[in-house]
Amino acid sequence: MNSSFFQVISALDALTGALFLLTALGFVATRQVLASLQLFIMQSLLLALSAGLIGIALDSIHLLAVAAITIATKTLMIPWLLRRTVGAEVYRTREIERVLNIPSSLLLAAGIIVLAYVVAYPLLGAVKVPFEQINLPLGIAAMFLGAFTIVVRREAVPQLLGLLAVENGVFFVGIAIAPELPVIAELAAAVDVAVIALVVGLLTRSIHRRVGTTAVGRLSALRER
Amino acid sequence: MELVAIFIIPILAGGLSMLPTGRRLAAPITLTATAIISALAVAVALDASRAGHVSAPGEWLTCDGLGVLVLVLVAFVGFTSALFSWGYIAERIRHGSAGNLQRYYGLYNLFVLSMLAVPLLANVALVWIAVELTTLLSAFLVGFEDTPEALEAAWKYVILTTLGAVFALLGFLILYWGSRVAGFHPFTWQGLVEAAPHMPPALLWTAFLLILVGFGTKVGLVPMHTWLPDAHSQAPASICALLSGVETTTVLYVILRLFPIVGSAPGLDAKPWFIAFGLVSVGIATLLLITVHDFKRMFAFSTVEHMGIILVAAGLGGMDAHLGTTYQMAAHAIAKSFCFFAAGITVMAVGTQEIASVRGLIRSSPLSASALLAGGFAIAGAPPFAVFVSEFVILKAGLASGQYVAIGILAFFVVVAFCAVMYHINLMAFGLPDRDQPAVVIPASCKATLALASVPLLLIGIYVPSPLEHLLQMAATAMGG
Repeated sequence: MNSSFFQVISALDALTGALFLLTALGFVATRQVLASLQLFIMQSLLLALSAGLIGIALDSIHLLAVAAITIATKTLMIPWLLRRTVGAEVYRTREIERVLNIPSSLLLAAGIIVLAYVVAYPLLGAVKVPFEQINLPLGIAAMFLGAFTIVVRREAVPQLLGLLAVENGVFFVGIAIAPELPVIAELAAAVDVAVIALVVGLLTRSIHRRVGTTAVGRLSALRER
Repeated sequence: MELVAIFIIPILAGGLSMLPTGRRLAAPITLTATAIISALAVAVALDASRAGHVSAPGEWLTCDGLGVLVLVLVAFVGFTSALFSWGYIAERIRHGSAGNLQRYYGLYNLFVLSMLAVPLLANVALVWIAVELTTLLSAFLVGFEDTPEALEAAWKYVILTTLGAVFALLGFLILYWGSRVAGFHPFTWQGLVEAAPHMPPALLWTAFLLILVGFGTKVGLVPMHTWLPDAHSQAPASICALLSGVETTTVLYVILRLFPIVGSAPGLDAKPWFIAFGLVSVGIATLLLITVHDFKRMFAFSTVEHMGIILVAAGLGGMDAHLGTTYQMAAHAIAKSFCFFAAGITVMAVGTQEIASVRGLIRSSPLSASALLAGGFAIAGAPPFAVFVSEFVILKAGLASGQYVAIGILAFFVVVAFCAVMYHINLMAFGLPDRDQPAVVIPASCKATLALASVPLLLIGIYVPSPLEHLLQMAATAMGG
């Protein structure tokens, strides 16, 4: 493998990573449920692209399989499951109720990205391999942003998409640091992600049926008095 | 062979329970399946105590002392809770609960399977998936009552524990990375112990913290515990027994597995973190135990307290403290599941979970009052129950190793928590009933469960059979010194 080829792939992976982080920021900034879903699909495609690039660079069939599994579950199966379980919630155009307004959310998001680099820094110092330098801090930043989205959103479907975005962030790191994880684990993880979407989707439907709203952030019957 | 059977039986039983014609059969099938699994788990435990560990062909499934302990506890509570479910769930449905009986038993079997899988699977990545499945398979069991409160509890349970599990996943991927950097070792608990001294410390430490916080969410460690009292109070009593009694223990087992791994790396020390997290959980849970208004929530907070005690005990280090840890795990699983069975029949008898609206239970429903008293004494740690003995062992081991501050704080909170639990239960059991309670018939299967579950409850504080003692010692050894 010559080094200029490797550099091109690294540059492409860095570009993919930058776009990946942008989609994560998009979750924080978007106003519509449908836009969140589209961002999630885009983010999953970028995850698959990064897996494909690293797979080509490392000559690993395994990572190409991961890319294929990602596309199948996250861009096809999960949107289909969500449409089946909570279609009306996803496709109705309305603003998402949120705890913080967009400018202050984005300001906090910038701080979160800095924090992600602080967390990733000692790991990067310990082991030096090209893709890890790109994927590790960006993946951790996307994780933190996804978790932040869950905190500031009050709606069920955006909280679920935030959760799946966190998982995407973890896998973005995973393809770089653990490229030879057994395929059975990858497959099981893919099934797991689909089951998360199914369970949460069905729960959302039950909540909507029983409570009449999917603003889960407003449910507060249970607390200490 | 037993290990493979333990995997297959719940799948078969779950499938049979869901068959369209199986409405009447779902409960007996589940009970039979869990009884067989319990027998198999005991057989595995006996094998393991002879050979040190048991593994199935292909090395996919393996089980050492600590794993066997968790396996036996899950199998036992899985069985008693299935017996309790038989009468209890039928009764709930008769009283207008919208839950679906067959879906309950289908998910019940699979939920038990996912917990059995955690100590059995050799590959650590698969262990993570099993832990995650325990959440997903139990989500609808938590929301079984289909009331707005139950669904709210199920929602918080799924979102928060899954978020925690995903952070833990990053920890496991970093562990895998570390073991690869250290040279190729199998991605098993034993392989990680061998790889740990050669891993870059930054990787191992980050992975440890991610898993401690991520899975700590599911164990209910403070401050990630907020979902736990909701889920553990809104689920049907039979499911509470599983959630509080063994699901938390199963996930805590995974955290305890990190102890020898971090311990074998030079320069790293997990002990202060275990003690700090544990003491904070014990302290906050004790304060919540004082102010609690709902008796199922009270037992849930007591679970947070006990998880903290187990973590502190593990963090004290040394064989004696670890023996206390494993003993406490067993004592807690047995006592806490009993407490929730008692709480279940109490709710049946009085129709409320409010402590303040239950008075003079000993007159209106002597059975539930005596069950609550026995469970309360057992879980709060009165002699001669097992929790008393295990807490005594832990405190003594801590004093022997000179960790006076930690032991002082722990002893203080344990005593306060004891008083808080017994105060609330006394209020409920004695005094004059405010209003006349219509007599309620407690289903026979629930009575049978209480009788059955009270045997180990009363026994293991006084007398530990030698195979069990050997098992606890093996489990403590597996945790390292």
